[in-house]
Amino acid sequence: MVQYETHEYDVLVIGAGGAGLRAAIEASAAGVSVGLVCKSLLGKAHTVMAEGGVAAALANVDERDGWKVHFADTMRGGQYLNNWRMAELHAKEAPDRVRELEAWGALFDRTQDGRILQRNFGGHQYPRLAHVGDRTGLEMIRVLQDHGIHQGVDVHMECTVISLLKDDGRVVGAFGYEREKGRFKIFSAKAVVLATGGVGKAFKITSNSWEYTGDGHSLAYHAGAELIDMEFVQFHPTGMVWPPSVRGILVTEGVRGEGGILTNSEGNRFMFDHIPELYQNQTSDDPEEGWRYTQGDRDARRPPELLTRDHVARCIVREVQEGRGSPHGGVFLDISWISEKISNAEEHIRRKLPSMYHQFMQLADIDITKEPMEVGPTTHYVMGGIRVDADSQMTSVPGLFAGGECGAGLHGANRLGGNSLSDLLVFGKRAGEYAAQFAKENGAGKVDEAEIEAVASEALKPFDNPDGENPFQIQYDLQDMMQDLVGIARSDEGLNNAGEEIHKLAQRAGQAGVGGNREYNPGWHTALDLEHMLTISEAIALAALERRASIGAHSRDDYPEKEEPGAGKYNTVVRKNADGEMEVSRESIPELREDLQDVIEEMG
Amino acid sequence: MATATFRIWRGDANEGKFVDYDTEVSEGMVVLDAVHKIQAEQANDLAVRWNCKAGKCGSCSAEVNGNPKLMCMTRLNEIPLDAPVTVEPMHAFPLIKDLVTDVSWNFEVKKKIKPFNPRPADAEDGTWRMAQEDIDRVQEFRKCIECYLCQDVCHVLREHDLHDKFIGPRFFVYAAALEMHPLDTENRLEELKNTDGIGYCNITKCCTKVCPEHITITDNAIIPLKERVVDQFYDPIKKLFRIFRPKQ
Repeated sequence: MVQYETHEYDVLVIGAGGAGLRAAIEASAAGVSVGLVCKSLLGKAHTVMAEGGVAAALANVDERDGWKVHFADTMRGGQYLNNWRMAELHAKEAPDRVRELEAWGALFDRTQDGRILQRNFGGHQYPRLAHVGDRTGLEMIRVLQDHGIHQGVDVHMECTVISLLKDDGRVVGAFGYEREKGRFKIFSAKAVVLATGGVGKAFKITSNSWEYTGDGHSLAYHAGAELIDMEFVQFHPTGMVWPPSVRGILVTEGVRGEGGILTNSEGNRFMFDHIPELYQNQTSDDPEEGWRYTQGDRDARRPPELLTRDHVARCIVREVQEGRGSPHGGVFLDISWISEKISNAEEHIRRKLPSMYHQFMQLADIDITKEPMEVGPTTHYVMGGIRVDADSQMTSVPGLFAGGECGAGLHGANRLGGNSLSDLLVFGKRAGEYAAQFAKENGAGKVDEAEIEAVASEALKPFDNPDGENPFQIQYDLQDMMQDLVGIARSDEGLNNAGEEIHKLAQRAGQAGVGGNREYNPGWHTALDLEHMLTISEAIALAALERRASIGAHSRDDYPEKEEPGAGKYNTVVRKNADGEMEVSRESIPELREDLQDVIEEMG
Repeated sequence: MATATFRIWRGDANEGKFVDYDTEVSEGMVVLDAVHKIQAEQANDLAVRWNCKAGKCGSCSAEVNGNPKLMCMTRLNEIPLDAPVTVEPMHAFPLIKDLVTDVSWNFEVKKKIKPFNPRPADAEDGTWRMAQEDIDRVQEFRKCIECYLCQDVCHVLREHDLHDKFIGPRFFVYAAALEMHPLDTENRLEELKNTDGIGYCNITKCCTKVCPEHITITDNAIIPLKERVVDQFYDPIKKLFRIFRPKQ
């Protein structure tokens, strides 16, 4: 008989980054009891690493901005594969969500007249990102955390969910373990919100932490929910590349927003070489105009460094592949050059980009006020994820909601920088609100003891096999394979191989063994994470195989064209079939509402 | 490739000892890389906290050769590798296992501090106006990543174990950020004096020295708070004033 402790809530929120915290705050405000489970300590989640800012059409810096421009920018950035209703809600509601943070104590940088300052970012037509230097995510998670702890939310720190519990087709709770003693916990809940973030840890080079193992995606999939557009994994163009131990750590897009330029080994500003058609009217012709744009000249157009992330990443890969890369396989990102333009450049850079200054000084012995950085693409974000209803954030499984990165739809084929912090506020709130409503309208479900026994015994299996394979090695091999075969450049051959490799790795994962006991045992935790990682890796590879075209973040060497002839606009949909196998299909994207089509045309 | 020895604390609340691990080291590595390498290759159950590996989350606090550090920001080329590098957990908190300590006390302390309470909005649209100059000093405090290294070195907590009488540097910084927030209307001085124990701090500045975010904890947060407490409770003229005009 397995031992566990039980907790009962109206709403259980899994994940305590921005989306989870915002959901918990909203659900609690609706008057229901809320439990919040977080894999790490409270306030350490991935949101803390977001640097550049939160996108919201406050129009504080440029009054021409508004929800319509933000909506059109988001759709264009996503290559029009976005869920347009989500893009509409997001653009309309983000300003209120940001102002709300100020009412809860956030201190964003200010304009001259004392309002929230906004900065330029890739793909946003006007300065739109509310920010705090380059530590916006820290400010946001701290405000949500400090506000949240006074809202009566019950927090379970260092606790990982390994399975959702269902009753009669509906989600009624979750099963997990706490790290400290390794004890099992059952959470019985009328509604569950997944806010577990992304999947980056499935790749070798990533800006993501150990937590990003696709738990929410995998939990939802195994509970019967659908995953859409999993092939759209964002490779952020600028990660650190040297020294090896810091490879993948993020270098904020804010560097380029402040005037930073990308050059190759020949000193050429290669981003001017190719400007995509969709953006030709919005991009500057010469470096001088680009510089004026970054300095707030309203008549200037953006420099090509501030094109969308998918495009910039591809250009960097091209430069490296064609032999014009930097010594350690990246390209140069230079902000120090602005000393030609402004007198107090060093101080300016340190004030605008303090974390970047510190990060390069400390980890790479590079003074970014004096010399260029070396950067290259790093796995950063997944646009795809759990399919949700745009308004309520409920998945296809009753009682199961998803918000933030693990939910899908807003970003289409490519996410604009700054749209993820606003995403987690807007849709975290909505998920919390509708989960609370669902909990009020539905009684508690019944937790199945047999199901718990089965999950628990499976979870303890690695201890029966102390001489089994090292789970860290399996994880490394998975990361290497995904990087090589499912990374930034993909092909039928590579993706088919990836599918086979995943099955082999799954067999090895079944034989993984751990020593020691259940108390704070990272070997055991890694063995348990493997199942989620393998599930989402398979989903990414399968969806990538299905989309035989290159669009947004998804690049196929063997299908360089944007769309197959006659394919139309579709989502790839991954679900578990009746035999328990993963299958993928295509579903057409509903036609854009007429008034929104008008908005897009109006915005050019 | 060179090899170095890491002398890592292994054990739980009941017992423990240092164990030496030899591992290969390469250019640019930080202490956390070495610990991870050892964990992956030699000791799968070695407990260590980490998240961002970029000095932004404050999870991987430990004592490296006796110095309180974020392991992710401590380069191996900053420390001598000809002798074993000792890595041990923070001392001011109860040990859970290996390098992981029970820091839950900090979360309880924070809950007790009166939350942000803003003045009514300045503009009709419900927003406020604040000058950048007026928020600069609070933004300094808000850089805090809650690594608790300042708590770890504070002798009031570390040596005297006054966790029930003293909230520690982290929470003086937190209180200062609230007290100096241009919009906040709450008064936390009575608690700072009576229950938070600000008087125990004798400004040795150990906290400031270890802060990985370079927050000038003592000079900019604690001393101004001490002055406010003195002003409110010990100023002789104000005291007379209070005697003759009791608080309404």
